[in-house]
Amino acid sequence: MKKFSIKTIVAIGIGAALFFVLGRFVAIPSPVPNTNISIQYGVLAFVSAVYGPIAGMLVGLIGHTLIDFSYGWGVWWSWVIASGVFGLIMGLGTHAWKLEEGELGRKGLIKFNVVQVLGHIVCWGLVAPVLDILIYKEPIEKLFAQGLLSSVANAVTTAIVGSLLCVAYAATKPKTGSLDKE
Amino acid sequence: MINLFNYIERKSPIHRLTGASKLLCLVLWSLAAMTSFYTPLLAVLTVGAVLLFRLSRIRIKDISFMLGATMVFMVLNNVLIFLFSPQHGVSIYGTRTVLFTIAGPYVVTAEQLFYHLNVILKYLCTIPIVLLFVSTTNPSEFAASLNRIGISYRISYAVALALRYIPDIQREYHDISLAQQARGMEMSKKASLIRRLKSVSGILIPLVLSSMERIDTISNAMELRGFGKGRKRTWYQGRKFSKGDILAIAVCVALMAVSLGLTIWNGNRFYNPFIA
Repeated sequence: MKKFSIKTIVAIGIGAALFFVLGRFVAIPSPVPNTNISIQYGVLAFVSAVYGPIAGMLVGLIGHTLIDFSYGWGVWWSWVIASGVFGLIMGLGTHAWKLEEGELGRKGLIKFNVVQVLGHIVCWGLVAPVLDILIYKEPIEKLFAQGLLSSVANAVTTAIVGSLLCVAYAATKPKTGSLDKE
Repeated sequence: MINLFNYIERKSPIHRLTGASKLLCLVLWSLAAMTSFYTPLLAVLTVGAVLLFRLSRIRIKDISFMLGATMVFMVLNNVLIFLFSPQHGVSIYGTRTVLFTIAGPYVVTAEQLFYHLNVILKYLCTIPIVLLFVSTTNPSEFAASLNRIGISYRISYAVALALRYIPDIQREYHDISLAQQARGMEMSKKASLIRRLKSVSGILIPLVLSSMERIDTISNAMELRGFGKGRKRTWYQGRKFSKGDILAIAVCVALMAVSLGLTIWNGNRFYNPFIA
């Protein structure tokens, strides 16, 4: 197994704690069960965008498992895995938007949002329903209705929350080459 | 601070098991229940789960809140399955025994009811086990257990960090939320959904940025103490396996094997009483 840096380990821990707190206490229930309008995906997108794919995946997996444990409704593995995949996808784009260098800009923001929308469609429209069919044999129509609703809801919240976080974070980072030699 | 994971300290055989073996049993048990739709097996698992629950001396009253949420969730899920696909059972079991008609496509068939029974059993045989795991395992022991069952200690430590910092972040969220409300930020149902999302962002930005600082502080502290230099790590809460642990793991491995065996022997995952 690849060695993580200590910072990545801590980021996974704190990221999962953030994901848990937001998902557990700030969820706005929607009319379809198993499906909350959840702002934690905005934070997950942001954390993965900063710390990379493996951190993102683990934040999604750990955070979601802990939420399921604390509700006690059994661990819904298909959705836990989908959360992990979303973190992974967002993390893969880390180099596209250069958050750490403070060079987000309009282009970076557009890229971030394109990737997050695609990520949500893949996770809730594809990964979660397919796993649900494999594990629980639930009717396809129901799963895709759930998947569609949650990808739209999550993509909207990520677009608002995630983008705001990225802009705010990029503003705190000094741009490369921002110092002039006098 | 409220008890998030609802850990209840009592003396019982289940409490005495180590966290690692309980975690392993939880995973095996839910895998056995997940992969099979063989109704008699699911029924046996459900009875077993209820018996184990009795053994743990956790009272229904202790977990009534969690149980209530789960029941609502289960009923809603079943209603939705029926609304979206009233003939799902027919397509699985291959026969059609009409009991009565509600309206339009909503014909109640014996196959559909049997499918719902299976879905409900699937919930009933895993939920008590998850509740049991959550309420009999000390959260501090959880990370040590993860490491014990073969997950790298770096990842286990990340889980330990998450459990350690959930209360802190929760408190910070609450503080920031009150501060923002004092400045006139509307969070209640009176505001529209978009406005509420915006106000949540007003809490999130300070919360996330301060968490980023926290990440720096903690990782510096860990670096200074030489975290990650050794190949192994010991845990304050780690315990050795006892006879009971080995017995519990053996039973769960056997269950998993039975579940797989039934699927192979039966040819598919479903127990079909409709084809004699």
